[in-house]
Amino acid sequence: MTATERASAAGTPAAGPPRKRGRDVQGTKRLAALLLSPTLLVLALVIGYPVLAGFRESLYARGEGLDADGFVVEGDRFAGLDNYTAIFQGDRADAFWNAFSNTTFFTLTTVVLETVIGVAMALIMHQAFRGRSIVRASILVPWAIPTAISGLLWRWIFQADGAANALLRQEILWTADGFPAKMAVVIAEVWKTSPFIGLLVLAGLQMIPRDVYEAARVDGAGPVQQFWRITLPLVRPALLVAVLFRMLDVLRMFDLPAVLIGVNQKSVETLTMIAWFEASNLRYGSAAAYATVLFLYIALIAYLFVKLLGADIIGEARQHGRRERRRRA
Amino acid sequence: MRRIPLIGGTPLASAVVCAALALSLSACGGDDGGGSKGGTGAALEGRGPITFVTGKDRSGYLQKQVDGWNSEHPKEQVRIIELPDEPNDQRQQMIQNATTKSDAYSVLSLDVVWTAEFAANRWLAQLPKDQIDLSKMLPATITTGQYRDKLYAVPSASDAGMLYYRKDLLEKAGIADPPKTYDEMWADCEKVRKLPEGEDVDCYFTEVNKTESMTISAVEAIESAGGSIIGEDGKPALNTPQAKAGIEFLVNAKKEHMPKEAVTLDTEGGRRYFQSGKLLFQRQWPYQYALANSDDGSSKVAGKFAVAPLPGPAGPGVANLGGHNLAVSAFAKNKATSLDFIKYLAGEQSQRANLLATSKAPTIAALYDDPEMVKKFPYLPVLKAAIASAKPRPVTVKYGDVTAAIQGEMYDAVTGKKPVDQALTDLQGKLQPLTAQ
Repeated sequence: MTATERASAAGTPAAGPPRKRGRDVQGTKRLAALLLSPTLLVLALVIGYPVLAGFRESLYARGEGLDADGFVVEGDRFAGLDNYTAIFQGDRADAFWNAFSNTTFFTLTTVVLETVIGVAMALIMHQAFRGRSIVRASILVPWAIPTAISGLLWRWIFQADGAANALLRQEILWTADGFPAKMAVVIAEVWKTSPFIGLLVLAGLQMIPRDVYEAARVDGAGPVQQFWRITLPLVRPALLVAVLFRMLDVLRMFDLPAVLIGVNQKSVETLTMIAWFEASNLRYGSAAAYATVLFLYIALIAYLFVKLLGADIIGEARQHGRRERRRRA
Repeated sequence: MRRIPLIGGTPLASAVVCAALALSLSACGGDDGGGSKGGTGAALEGRGPITFVTGKDRSGYLQKQVDGWNSEHPKEQVRIIELPDEPNDQRQQMIQNATTKSDAYSVLSLDVVWTAEFAANRWLAQLPKDQIDLSKMLPATITTGQYRDKLYAVPSASDAGMLYYRKDLLEKAGIADPPKTYDEMWADCEKVRKLPEGEDVDCYFTEVNKTESMTISAVEAIESAGGSIIGEDGKPALNTPQAKAGIEFLVNAKKEHMPKEAVTLDTEGGRRYFQSGKLLFQRQWPYQYALANSDDGSSKVAGKFAVAPLPGPAGPGVANLGGHNLAVSAFAKNKATSLDFIKYLAGEQSQRANLLATSKAPTIAALYDDPEMVKKFPYLPVLKAAIASAKPRPVTVKYGDVTAAIQGEMYDAVTGKKPVDQALTDLQGKLQPLTAQ
């Protein structure tokens, strides 16, 4: 009896756990689904529905033509992909590619400049010195100012008789439609958002343990070597997230060029501004089509960014997970 | 679990971006199905509280006028809804209100160029001409409230451009009268610039930045030359020698006679420039008169300038018509009260009080000849003549597209990016589909 009992007692733990664990996993999964469902529901409502509704809108046209009494003909018309093909035809194609290149130009220039300046800011903010809190606070001020307000501030600076021209001793017409307007937007945007990158990178810097630097110093690494070999690789995950956020932000830039230079200005018109112009002239379908094209563009950029630069994070995390699983097994 | 931030980090973030975009679009693109009763000319019925929707009232006087109405009509109270300062933002909010068929807005204060768009979309109630006394109003202003010969809005304030000129400098140069033609203007300027005081003075300024002001300058230049952007047959008429002459004037003025920074100056920028004493002739709205004459030190030209009708190529030019009209939203309740309130606000008494308090140009003709008013606002006779002969901007349902096209092409012409002929041909091509209805 005792022997069989012992055997069964010994057998149960051997045979039992897998079955029990299987049930556990299933139960956990169900519980997880249950706990997550409110979140998923909210996401579906506030993200899924608007995306789909926007896409649906882009397939319809309305308000085309007047009737005999001069009233706009009412009702929707299913237009299929007409709103999309119209984007790439004739004058509108010129406007689209102009806005597309503006958007890309702003994204490239501002993100590169912001990254360099932001990292420099973070390094300064990270140093321990007297008055550090004042420096930190003052670096963050531009980020705290609403974009529309900073657009107005910079418009005064860039006026023909403004501070920028007085400083440069030049007579550049910054706020008129033309290349200087592009520069004005880049400068204002970099001024405003470098602190954002600085802030995120600072958080990353504070995660780096001090002993790594001590070890480097013992090994005789200079400050430059320390920056390239230790700081940059270790702060990279935080930096990549910051850069990604900035890119997604700049790609849908609207308020700064609209306030600083104005709408309908060729040199600074972005894709969102075209979508806005279409919507404000009651072509909601066409506006939704532009927004969808922009969405696809942003998704593509984000995907490429993660694939090319962020691949390491994914790999690291996967390896990490695998290692842990292996360890558990 | 580790994967979640990765999944969430990227496509999700872009999904949020799109959602934000999509939200804003779908929010303004509310469903528009079903027939509406707007614009059918049905009797305006219903009495009770209403709202008055207008741009920001900087003078603070509007509330007093509304208080006057409210004390007499306790059961038909009017509440003011102030919209943002920018005309485009006002239009947006009114359109949003209309596309959702909300009854939140009763009486709308519309810019003169919006009438066609609002009426054609059935957002306005047609007004009974026989119940409103329009006979006292300047005829040019009444046309801005009409769409296809039906009345949709009552003009409550008008506006037109005038030529501001430096009286002191002209006198010193021995010139008695302000110029009536462009050539006279340039000749006068030559004389003034030979004076020691006139050395750094710029000749002329009209707005040529790429905004609505560009459209206004283009309309004035083309109409002064005897042309028109949209011809009488409703088709664009930019392939005419008159249109070309008009735009060539603008291009030439910008190149030879305007301040270097002209393309960056908006209405207020132009005012500051004139007030700094650096400008001899300027096309500007009446509101500048009081500000440039204020003796608080903000203006260096107080008491040194006067106004005249705009010059033209051979004789007086043509001004463009601005101003605001009052209309009743098609979706409002209490339309009868709304109509009464419009009659009150656009009536002679209110306009007179408003002119005195805010110097807003009235639409009632008699006020321009009132000696008491003329004493206080010496520019009124000039303004009356300007409004009487003023021409509206293109009357079209797709005004937003039309004005954007005009701004773009005219800006390219004025800044020398395109030859005048090319810009006019391109504009003609762009306006054809927009006005072909």
